[in-house]
Amino acid sequence: MAVASIETVHRANSLQVQLAGDWTLATLPQPISRFEARLRELASREAAWDLLSIARLDSAAAVVLWRSWGRRWPASLALSGEHRLLLERVEAIPADLPARPSERLGWLLVPGRLALAAVDNLAGMVALVGQMVLDVGHLCAHPRDIPWREFSANLYKSGAQALPVTALIGFLIGIVLSYLSALQLKTFGADVFIVNLLGISIVRELGPVLVAVLVAGRSGSAMTAQLGVMRVTEEIDALATMGVSRSLRLVLPKIIALAVAMPLLVVWCSAAGIVGGMIAARLQMDLSYGFFIDTLPRVVPVANLWIGMSKGLVFGMLIGLVACHFGLRVKPNTESLSSQTTTSVVTSITVAILVDAVFAIMTRSFGIPL
Amino acid sequence: MSVPTEWSSAAVPAIEIRDLSTRFGDVVIHRDINLEVPPGQMLGLVGGSGSGKTTLLREIVGLLAPSAGMVKLFGHAVLDADPQRRRMVRRRFGMLFQQGALFSALSVFDNIAFPLRELRLLDEALIRDLVLLKLAMVELEPRHSRLMPAELSGGMVKRVALARALSLEPELLVLDEPTAGLDPDRSENFIKLLTTLQKELGFTVVMVTHDRPTLLGLATRLAVLADHRIVACGTMDEVLAVEHPFIHNFFGSGHAAAAMGQGVS
Repeated sequence: MAVASIETVHRANSLQVQLAGDWTLATLPQPISRFEARLRELASREAAWDLLSIARLDSAAAVVLWRSWGRRWPASLALSGEHRLLLERVEAIPADLPARPSERLGWLLVPGRLALAAVDNLAGMVALVGQMVLDVGHLCAHPRDIPWREFSANLYKSGAQALPVTALIGFLIGIVLSYLSALQLKTFGADVFIVNLLGISIVRELGPVLVAVLVAGRSGSAMTAQLGVMRVTEEIDALATMGVSRSLRLVLPKIIALAVAMPLLVVWCSAAGIVGGMIAARLQMDLSYGFFIDTLPRVVPVANLWIGMSKGLVFGMLIGLVACHFGLRVKPNTESLSSQTTTSVVTSITVAILVDAVFAIMTRSFGIPL
Repeated sequence: MSVPTEWSSAAVPAIEIRDLSTRFGDVVIHRDINLEVPPGQMLGLVGGSGSGKTTLLREIVGLLAPSAGMVKLFGHAVLDADPQRRRMVRRRFGMLFQQGALFSALSVFDNIAFPLRELRLLDEALIRDLVLLKLAMVELEPRHSRLMPAELSGGMVKRVALARALSLEPELLVLDEPTAGLDPDRSENFIKLLTTLQKELGFTVVMVTHDRPTLLGLATRLAVLADHRIVACGTMDEVLAVEHPFIHNFFGSGHAAAAMGQGVS
């Protein structure tokens, strides 16, 4: 391909510019800005333009030419019909894009928008809870409609498959906690209290919160993404046209499965934590396993286990609810899918910790031995 | 004054397929396909479902490597080992995907500007002008450039995708079912738009389509893919002269198709 070229001829007292070669995006000399500056300089000298020798002119080169002419036709110009057609198209480009609506005081709108979005989300969530209650009522009246398959699939995915990772995390946290506490307790000669410390903190507090964070990241995000993709590919609409209720078949099984799986995961994770703590205590302080197991039921009242499990139940339902709510709000594009999934996980972790604080206040008189 | 040299690519075929074979496991899709498309031609690729039309299209644009043989665009191998040369070849064609394949996270403006920005040679003001020019070419208005792909109708998605495919001034345009999912009225408009643009810009077109009006309205030549090979290639009349059950089924009796061809052109 021939490179775009410029030839200048001085004739009498006028300047003639002859353009030749291929004037295309690929053949314009680089950098284009310097090339354009040269053309502009020629245009400023009121030259006569001859474009007849140009072999190929594409729109990119036409725009460059037009800009260098100062967006108007030069006084003297020779060119072929098709090139004129192209330049006329370039002439028709509007000078500026339609302006966005003015946002000068945009920052004032931010808190309002956030509040509206929060109210909107809350309303959506309440509607979802209402729908769940109606669905449960319907299922009580028509037990044949209970979605056992979906329920068991969700139970397996978010419960059984989460067992290894929750055990590992619980075990490691137990070791860390036991190891750090042992260092402190030793200086006071209060070694045996390690059992009280670990028992209460893991069973009552750490177990449920750890599992909530793990499940929100593991199952909550998967649920949001799954519902979101089903929205994008119109699968949810397809279900609706077959007369299958999306809340009954997609949302309810997820929430119930999490509500069943979470308390069990909490017990499992707490047990792993205590085992970890017990091993660390043995290594660090020579506290025998027999003594640890013997003391644990005496210093940790069983009420703590019930508190931990009920936290698991509530967290599970909340995580399922939040995940499904945001999943159903995904709009059919990739950006919305990623932002809704992020929001879903962040919201469910935040909500779980907020509710945990409420639990701590409401249950402060239970399960602490005096 | 420098004499404009003859554009060197004019003599080289836009697409050259040599002894191309494709196998997926034991399943043979293509066997020794040879095809040449000179510049400026509009070739329609037809064949029954499962005959490997889309596979051939994907091999032409280098999304899929053939099991044997090679594809050359403008005399350069599409799957050149040198990434630099491969990129140069890929810049010379644009592809219009069946569903548009617009980037859903970007606005219409950014979608069309994307290939231009990737060049890293042009300033924003030039890109803006070019995007608006392409939008005007596909008969969309500047205000549409603010929309997101999710807000567009099916016909508009096709137009924006066409504008994006044309943004690098391609010499070859590859179309996969260009009018699928459009109603007959819109599909006819889209065909008109494509023909006008082709006349103006002079690019080569290769397309796969099932839609007879699209084929008769756009293609100047046909290649028929059946029995793992190209059974006929040429103008409408030449293809109709070939005796093959698929051609007979697809175009019905020769007379009806010829009448239809005249009706459209």
